Amino acid sequence: MTQTAHRATANPADPAPDDLDRRRRTLHATLWVCGLTALLLAGIPVAIGLGPVPVEPGTVARIVAAHLVGGLDITWTPSEDSIVWLVRAPRVLLAAVVGAALAVSGVALQALVRNVLAEPYLLGVSAGASTGAALTILFGVGASVGANSLTGSAFLGALAATGIVFAVAAIGGRITSVRLLLAGVAVGYVLNAVTSFLIFASDTPEGARAVLFWLLGSLARADWPAVLVAGSLLVVSFAVLLLWSRRLDALTLGDDTAHALGSPPARLRAQALVVVALCVGAAVAVSGGIGFVGLVVPHVARLCVGGVHRRLLPVSALIGASFLIWADVVARMAFVPRELPLGIITAVLGAPFLLFLVRRVRSAA
Amino acid sequence: MLSATDVSFAYDGTPVLAGVSLAARSGGVVGLIGPNGSGKSTLLRVLYSALRPLGGVVLIDGTPVSGLRGRELPRRIAVVAQEAPPELPVTVAEMVLLGRSPHRSSLQSYTADDHRIAATALHRVGMRDHADRGFATLSGGEKQRTLIARALTQQTGHLLLDEPTNHLDIHYQHEILHLVRDLGITTVVVLHDLNLAARYCDHLVLLDSGLVAASGPTEEVLTPEVLEPVYRVTVRTIDDGDCRQLVFRPTEAARAQDGLPALGVPAGHDAVSEPDRG
Repeated sequence: MTQTAHRATANPADPAPDDLDRRRRTLHATLWVCGLTALLLAGIPVAIGLGPVPVEPGTVARIVAAHLVGGLDITWTPSEDSIVWLVRAPRVLLAAVVGAALAVSGVALQALVRNVLAEPYLLGVSAGASTGAALTILFGVGASVGANSLTGSAFLGALAATGIVFAVAAIGGRITSVRLLLAGVAVGYVLNAVTSFLIFASDTPEGARAVLFWLLGSLARADWPAVLVAGSLLVVSFAVLLLWSRRLDALTLGDDTAHALGSPPARLRAQALVVVALCVGAAVAVSGGIGFVGLVVPHVARLCVGGVHRRLLPVSALIGASFLIWADVVARMAFVPRELPLGIITAVLGAPFLLFLVRRVRSAA
Repeated sequence: MLSATDVSFAYDGTPVLAGVSLAARSGGVVGLIGPNGSGKSTLLRVLYSALRPLGGVVLIDGTPVSGLRGRELPRRIAVVAQEAPPELPVTVAEMVLLGRSPHRSSLQSYTADDHRIAATALHRVGMRDHADRGFATLSGGEKQRTLIARALTQQTGHLLLDEPTNHLDIHYQHEILHLVRDLGITTVVVLHDLNLAARYCDHLVLLDSGLVAASGPTEEVLTPEVLEPVYRVTVRTIDDGDCRQLVFRPTEAARAQDGLPALGVPAGHDAVSEPDRG
């Protein structure tokens, strides 16, 4: 009955029926995605070239190509080769992966708890990861497994923390946004206390220093296995979230609306949380606790393409990737030969932007 | 056709609905009325299966609503719920296009047709020129019209509205309900204002403490005999042309029951006051 009513109001003889400026909308989003992709791709060889020993971006590209496909005349020194291929290329790519993972998780979590201040570490993920990392750094837990025990224990810690948050939020009924927020904050505090206690109990200054450095975030441990593992987890989580993008749209409008539009909110929250936990867990395990990226980048992306997740997710991922690559370049270059913890840079860059956003949000409301 | 039979529901053991039945004919507008806490919104949420009833069944064109999975539900019923405006930014166009999401799988994008249907719905509620505004910046009436446009975009045969006239001025109260009435869709609407219910509904269901106190054609429900015990006020009816309207006065008995002091009668007022119905 309604359908006939609709057709009747749209005049079929009209040469250009009103399509809500579909082309302009699509073009706008496409331009952002293409522009940001170009920026990211162009930035990667430049960022690899930058460092205490500079390497030309052209040389960087040839070294990478030689490793990937082979068959090129070697015009570079062996030390340039190992700096580019073994040290900086995995590091820059890992920066991109971690930046994208944090940004995408931030977008998803802000939708899941319907709160603009939500960020990936809200679920206690970073607190759990740091507890796991502290156990390994201070007491050598899991050290027998091999060189990647730190990454592994941080990842397990992150997943365990999310599991606890999940269980607490689900006590006595459905997982609502408020319950999730409270559970995340509470579990985060407890795990941070555990980490502090571990530092206190270990009574080794170097250990405490190592944990602190890890907590502030660093990509210094980057290698190819880390890039591949974190990268594939990112790709899977991103694809799943993109597939659910319209459900996330509906969820931001409220639980009743989400249900009425065919996405039962409690189930979507539970499913998306698992995906986000894997994504953030991987990022934190390989890089420590890099703050502000997951909080600020989603807001920057919303300024560019609005709040529709189908556009917001890719744009956030691209901005997050570029942002962390360049933040890490600053971390490497600012105080050569010492490295600045990455979390300090992201906080210094992120906080002023957050204040700018607060002003904008106030005036829009 | 939308019907609920013998529906009951409880929040954490506190019964809210006890054996409520309701039927909305195709194309008819059914109003859900009742005092605060009588279970109107809860019943509406049971109708679109946001809440699972403890007993009873809700049928939509003969299909149990609890059996509609995923996108089937929003292709049958559109809902304008009462929710706090979203904190995250969303434009009017994006909000309305979301009404097409039940018609597309996760892998499909919105088609040109979807955009046209959304544009038509925005035209219909007079919001086309506001398509690019942020939803949060709209006035109350504009927000409701946008939500109704989203419901239209779903192209369903059934529409549920939870107090769509809340916080609207008198002009928009009538404009919104006039629009809903004109759609010709099977509609169930929760209303607080009995005079709006009198003007725009074919049938009314009056709830009182989770029970149906009265149900039937609007004229038969909106009578002093039915309303006075439920709302605990004195009711007088007026014929406003083709439509019955109501005038209310507090009753001394109800005030005393609530522990309030008796109303002082201003001097010289006795002459115009009416004989008490109680």
